Amino acid sequence: MTDTTYAVAKWRIRKPSVIPGFGLTLGFSLAYLSLIILIPISGLVWRTASMGWGEFFAIATDERTLRALYVSFGTAFVAGLVNVVFGVLVAWILVRYNFRGRRLIDSVVDLPFALPTAVAGIALAALYAPNGWVGSLVAPLGLKIAFTPLGIIVALIFIGLPFVVRTVQPVMEEIDSEVEEAAATLGANRFQTIRRVLLPGLMPAILTGFALAFARGVGEYGSVIFIAGNIPYVSEIAPLLIVIRLEEFHYEGATAIASIMLVISFAMLFIINLIQAWSRRRFGHA
Amino acid sequence: MHDNARSPAASARKPETFRDAASETPFVRHLLIFAALAYLAFFLLLPLVSIFVEAFRRGAGAYFDALIEPDALAAIRLTLLVAAIAVPLNLVFGVAAAWAIAKFEFKGKAFLITLIDLPFSISPVISGLVYVLLFGSQSVLGPLLKSHGIEILFAVPGIVLATVFVTFPFVARELIPLMQDQGTGDEEAALSLGASGWQTFWRVTLPNIKWGLLYGVLLCNARAMGEFGAVSVVSGHIRGLTNTMPLHVEILYNEYNFVAAFAVATLLALLALVTLVLKAVLERRFGAEIAASRKH
Amino acid sequence: MSNFLNKLSAIALGVSLAIGPVVPAMAQTTLLNVSYDPTRELYKDFNAAFAAHWKKETGEDVAIRQSHGGSGKQARAVIDGLEADVVTLALESDINAIAERTGKIPADWRGRLPNNSSPYTSTIVFLVRKGNPKGIQNWGDLVKGDVQIVTPNPKTSGGARWNYLAAWAWANEEYKGDQDKIRAYITELFKRAPVLDTGARGSTVTFAQRQIGDVLLAWENEAYLAGKEFGEDSFDIVWPPISILAEPPVTVVDGNADAKGTRKVAEAYLQYLYSDEGQNLAAKHFYRPSKRDVVAPELLQKLPDIKLVTIDEPVFGGWAKAQPEHFGDGGIFDQLYKPGK
Repeated sequence: MTDTTYAVAKWRIRKPSVIPGFGLTLGFSLAYLSLIILIPISGLVWRTASMGWGEFFAIATDERTLRALYVSFGTAFVAGLVNVVFGVLVAWILVRYNFRGRRLIDSVVDLPFALPTAVAGIALAALYAPNGWVGSLVAPLGLKIAFTPLGIIVALIFIGLPFVVRTVQPVMEEIDSEVEEAAATLGANRFQTIRRVLLPGLMPAILTGFALAFARGVGEYGSVIFIAGNIPYVSEIAPLLIVIRLEEFHYEGATAIASIMLVISFAMLFIINLIQAWSRRRFGHA
Repeated sequence: MHDNARSPAASARKPETFRDAASETPFVRHLLIFAALAYLAFFLLLPLVSIFVEAFRRGAGAYFDALIEPDALAAIRLTLLVAAIAVPLNLVFGVAAAWAIAKFEFKGKAFLITLIDLPFSISPVISGLVYVLLFGSQSVLGPLLKSHGIEILFAVPGIVLATVFVTFPFVARELIPLMQDQGTGDEEAALSLGASGWQTFWRVTLPNIKWGLLYGVLLCNARAMGEFGAVSVVSGHIRGLTNTMPLHVEILYNEYNFVAAFAVATLLALLALVTLVLKAVLERRFGAEIAASRKH
Repeated sequence: MSNFLNKLSAIALGVSLAIGPVVPAMAQTTLLNVSYDPTRELYKDFNAAFAAHWKKETGEDVAIRQSHGGSGKQARAVIDGLEADVVTLALESDINAIAERTGKIPADWRGRLPNNSSPYTSTIVFLVRKGNPKGIQNWGDLVKGDVQIVTPNPKTSGGARWNYLAAWAWANEEYKGDQDKIRAYITELFKRAPVLDTGARGSTVTFAQRQIGDVLLAWENEAYLAGKEFGEDSFDIVWPPISILAEPPVTVVDGNADAKGTRKVAEAYLQYLYSDEGQNLAAKHFYRPSKRDVVAPELLQKLPDIKLVTIDEPVFGGWAKAQPEHFGDGGIFDQLYKPGK
């Protein structure tokens, strides 16, 4: 559908260029995209649509669904914020300071991208359980991490850790130190320089990193179920509720929640890409 | 380092205030490094170390026994097979999509990029679910394919599809910003000198993007081998037949065979580490070349 | 570096050729047994025993493939097309769901094999910390003081449904059928669960490995297995005076077995569960055999007699009634279990 629309209309909708291969590459991309992503997803949407608004609305506004969405989005948001603060910090020390082990740290940051989530979940649950290495340290303080929403946040911090670092780092590398020096010679103190001069330039990258970590965290399943406790209304995440609905043979419930999450993911990504496009125009990099 | 780089003229004028204003004091610097390292230690290194500690809890013998067990080997073979199909598919797609998006201006581009990114933020559970809805016995397509002897769900094709889905954006996402930054100048020059489209791509574009491409492939491969949620939904969990490595980890864990579970997990962790080391080595060895290609 | 990518693709090609023959050649008959979580060890032994038996009887080789997972998840996989020749699940209602939704199993499947198609049964017991520090002897003790219980989620785990029903059966007797009191008890019981794992195995890990909670509500065989895996001296098993008779049923998936031509061996496979060897293996793995007289007495000693309520008694009225009433969306469990409020 989209495929043919583009093929017919491409001469009008794209700017002329001497470079060949537009039809081939875009056509192939759209065909592959349709086959792998769009057709399967439209199956989901079709299934949801066939249930009718009343039923969809009842599932969507069910208190358990709302709480699960709240837990997923809330914990992903908090984890995203933690990753913003520490991600910028990590990017900063990697770019600005020289210390032993810097290269090692630089490569290890990508670990959560590459480590299977189930493995991460088992390892984190073992560490943060009351009898684990970290859990036993904080237990005397009356603090429980594993099997509470805090545990979910820990898992999502792990999952989202590389996003902020990796989006902020290249932008930070390109900042000219002359700008800071200029600010300093004009009488700004270090705090002012960072807040007024550095942060605004980094903001699009930080936002992008946050949004990516957030979007990833909302959908995360494998690492979370091992550490979450999975108590309905408290530490039950939306993807788990989808699985529960499936195991009750309640396909409508599962697809309805999946569709809600899908729409939110899509909206978030669209916003991220607009931020990136905007920053590319404004700062010449993303 | 940046924090020591000051212009002599500026430091001659106002040395003290300047140092305070354009960089941090050593105390603050150490504090920041310490805070960042503590954060990474708690959330990254500790989980990684604990995997290896658990795997070797009963010594190296038990560790290697767990890895050469036939079901573990079958899981490793299946994982390699799935990655060997999924990664090249996404590689070709990534290059084609990046070419279309980076080298041309057309309407709906932001929308298209968003669609490509979509699997990135879709819950893996949903990624599996969409294929169940599409190819399950309760769907329209499933029974039709079945009557022609084609099995998708609970067989290798389903696992490959789910893996392709979750690793879909990796290569494209790595290449699009890179090729956008590089612009179209090189290609236009080559074309004006009489090169054909294919020649331009092989001789001009590919050398420019090869590092980004390699990095994308590495990440794509790591994720393809490590995917759990989506594959779990479509696999059927048949021991020795449709179990990938991450699923095998879960099975072993559910059999209270923690040493074996973590032993297989270390393979996946090692894969992750090799990926990262490879990337670091490439960056160090060809750092200048990569930087040049980025600034192109 | 221009031929770098060429080399890379050559390597990739080499790798893919080397790992090409992934699916082993299967000349002999293959059965797929789709089962639930706690039967892993039982079927490992039983499959080997049956393969030897079949070879002796017919001279044919048979390979049995296993798939394990939560009972509901496994049933859903079969519904969505997983080609099981036989299913050996935790709940009658899960097999009913397959029968209803696929038509691959006749509706009267439960009468096809002896003992309601349950070659072995089990029950729900308490696994407590060594020495039973909280003095837990009966279901009423679970809601006293600060006792914390560990159970999987009844919405995702077959075992947890039996947990819930066993607690309900006790409360029904204790409170003489007073619905309000029964409901209050169940509500209080599940309030005391700090973790709801998705499956029985997850709960055992939570209780035994992570040291969460004072008592694990578990399958009898899982309680024994936990002792074996995590150390006999860490736990005690407590048999409450009354519990539920859990009947995990088995059946041939006719639609799949007929399509694959494996009906004969699939039926023999399930029949063999009722044989002397099958019954002894079940008892060895701490399932309660349906033919006690063929089983070695020392194995039976491990499975003490307690009062067992069945699902077909009037208090529950059979699975067809109990499933939607208690565990359906918006059912009694959903009404009672609202920990966040």
